[in-house]
Amino acid sequence: MKAKWKALTKQQLFLPIFSLIVVLLINLIKDPGFFQIGLQNGVLYGRLIDILNRGSEIAILAVGQTLVVAVSAGTDISVGSVMSLTACGTCMMLAGYGNNSVNELAVPMGVGILFGLVLALLCGCMNGALVAKLKIQPMVATLILYTGARAIGLVLCNNQITYIRYEPYKYFGNFIPGCPIPTPIFIAAAVIALMTLFLKKTALGLYIQSVGINSKASRISGINADMICFWCYAICGLCAGIAGIIASSRIYSADSNNIGLNYEMDAILAVALGGNNLGGGKFNLSGSIVGAYTIQAITTTLLAMGVSTDQAPVVKAIIVIAIVVVQAPAFKQMLAERAAKKNAVRKEAA
Amino acid sequence: MMKKQAVQTDGSMKKTFNGNNMLLAITIILFVVMYTIGCIVYRDKGFPHLQTFLNLFITNAGLICVACGMTCVMLTGGIDISVGSLIAMDCMLLAWGMGIKGIPCIPMVLLILLIGIVFGSVQGYLIGYLEIQPFIVTMAGLFFGRGMTAVICTDQISITQDMNKMFYSWANAKITLPAFLGYTNKKGRVIAPFIRPTVLIALAVVVVIFLVLKYTKFGRALYAVGGNPTSAAMMGLNVKKIKMRAYMLSSFLCSIGAICYCLNTMSGSVQQARGFEMDAIASSVIGGTLLTGGVGNVIGSLFGCLINGTITQLVTTNGKLLSSWANIATAALLMAFIILQSIFAMIKNRNR
Repeated sequence: MKAKWKALTKQQLFLPIFSLIVVLLINLIKDPGFFQIGLQNGVLYGRLIDILNRGSEIAILAVGQTLVVAVSAGTDISVGSVMSLTACGTCMMLAGYGNNSVNELAVPMGVGILFGLVLALLCGCMNGALVAKLKIQPMVATLILYTGARAIGLVLCNNQITYIRYEPYKYFGNFIPGCPIPTPIFIAAAVIALMTLFLKKTALGLYIQSVGINSKASRISGINADMICFWCYAICGLCAGIAGIIASSRIYSADSNNIGLNYEMDAILAVALGGNNLGGGKFNLSGSIVGAYTIQAITTTLLAMGVSTDQAPVVKAIIVIAIVVVQAPAFKQMLAERAAKKNAVRKEAA
Repeated sequence: MMKKQAVQTDGSMKKTFNGNNMLLAITIILFVVMYTIGCIVYRDKGFPHLQTFLNLFITNAGLICVACGMTCVMLTGGIDISVGSLIAMDCMLLAWGMGIKGIPCIPMVLLILLIGIVFGSVQGYLIGYLEIQPFIVTMAGLFFGRGMTAVICTDQISITQDMNKMFYSWANAKITLPAFLGYTNKKGRVIAPFIRPTVLIALAVVVVIFLVLKYTKFGRALYAVGGNPTSAAMMGLNVKKIKMRAYMLSSFLCSIGAICYCLNTMSGSVQQARGFEMDAIASSVIGGTLLTGGVGNVIGSLFGCLINGTITQLVTTNGKLLSSWANIATAALLMAFIILQSIFAMIKNRNR
């Protein structure tokens, strides 16, 4: 029994799934109607759907973040700001520069969204170039865009909130008429499926892990380590862009100061909670995704308990620290030493 | 150890114009050039007055303190991105304690300094003893501080004269410089330039940290740990303890900075000092502190802060530009200096 339990806890997916179940149970005890799903005005309605829906952005960000963590042992802290920049870029294109509320689009919707995604991709490429080519620590390199991207977004939108009051633009973040499931869930599923397929069908996943474990050794064995690292950051930027468009579409506007605020924390937390080592190397995408929805469940629970969005980071910060402390090799060693001492004392006594 | 030798040979004839000195030189030249351009372009908006230059110190007193602490941490090869949130938390606590609870200001100030030390020692323990990446720990600190600010109070609180006379008098104290340094205004009255007490605090911090880094055992140990932790440990230095102390020092200086910052703004709000960590890191990096650790000093960081302040001053004096341009310019400058650093490092490696 004990051995079985040990084998179970050793599974990488144990931590995220276990915490998800705990969070859901707490919710169930507090509110028995938690799992109810109803149909209102032709769309699905309920707490679970809400978590799946709101968690889409974090899940998409977590996909990109997992690759970045695996390949470079660092995290991309610019994702939240890049989300904001993408939203601003898209809305600026759609509304035309300087307009703060439009009913008619200035350019076709596809062009605007493409522009936003290209901006996000460029941000990712910049991070990638700084980290892969110039060998700058990932977090310092991404710190530039962490403050820079939001500021650029403000300039693009001329320091105001740009509203796009055009029905189809709202589809990405809300519902497509006639479909009861929120669109973000589809987008997140598509991104996850695409990435999983990509990692399964190509050797990219293996390459990323080998670069993350030992970049020198993988270069010697013929992998273009810099290029792999660069593309991971580029993909992360693109993921942030997709998340940004969903977030912008939800409120059909570009609110540069608030879109993607504190999302970098959620994304990193999702990766850590998914059982991935923040020190790079081996990774598990499904872990991060379960982690992402767990984070959203925690956020929703906190909000339901009356904790404001400004206060929620306290709890998340404590969770992050708890996870990294448990993961830390030095901590494990300390525990092992303490256990060994206890055993020695017991032996002496006997 | 290479770096230590380099420092020693600096004194002798063999002084070479290496990349690190060059970065500091670039910084000082950049500051002078930027300020001169500002003086020429905005000469009718009062830019050339001595007071404008002193205002640079007054508005950036907090930043100077924080940048000194950041430099110490960066010397060990780490980084502290929790400073902005810690400032917000401290300011909010000051405003809440004095404004709403009516606690006298001296206990509050002592409490703030204590919080700085505790905050720093927790972060330092996690980084030094448990060997977790500094970025992860201080990022958790960033979100923790920002969240705690909202837990204390979600409204914006201003400290007025009625709430706390003493704090108010500190904030409005003027130290006037001799009148001949001043200028005559349009009405023919001579206006003498002045500074605030916060400037003295900030300059004192710079001098103390400069001396600590240069002449004390702890200061030299910071350089040694940053230069090469393994050989520092072999020399018999307690690397873990030194790292922990560096973070404690950073958070403590950050708390002093927070008091200066609060004396400037006289308020506390959740959004305060957002992105401040960026300014502090940029100041240190622009001042020639290497991100890899082991190289740098606070004089450079002081000039980094002044450059940072000049950018903001230029943007505000212009009046037409959006304030976010200052952020963009700082980010761009930070990037330029990081790239310069890594190019110098590459050249150094090639020569080896």
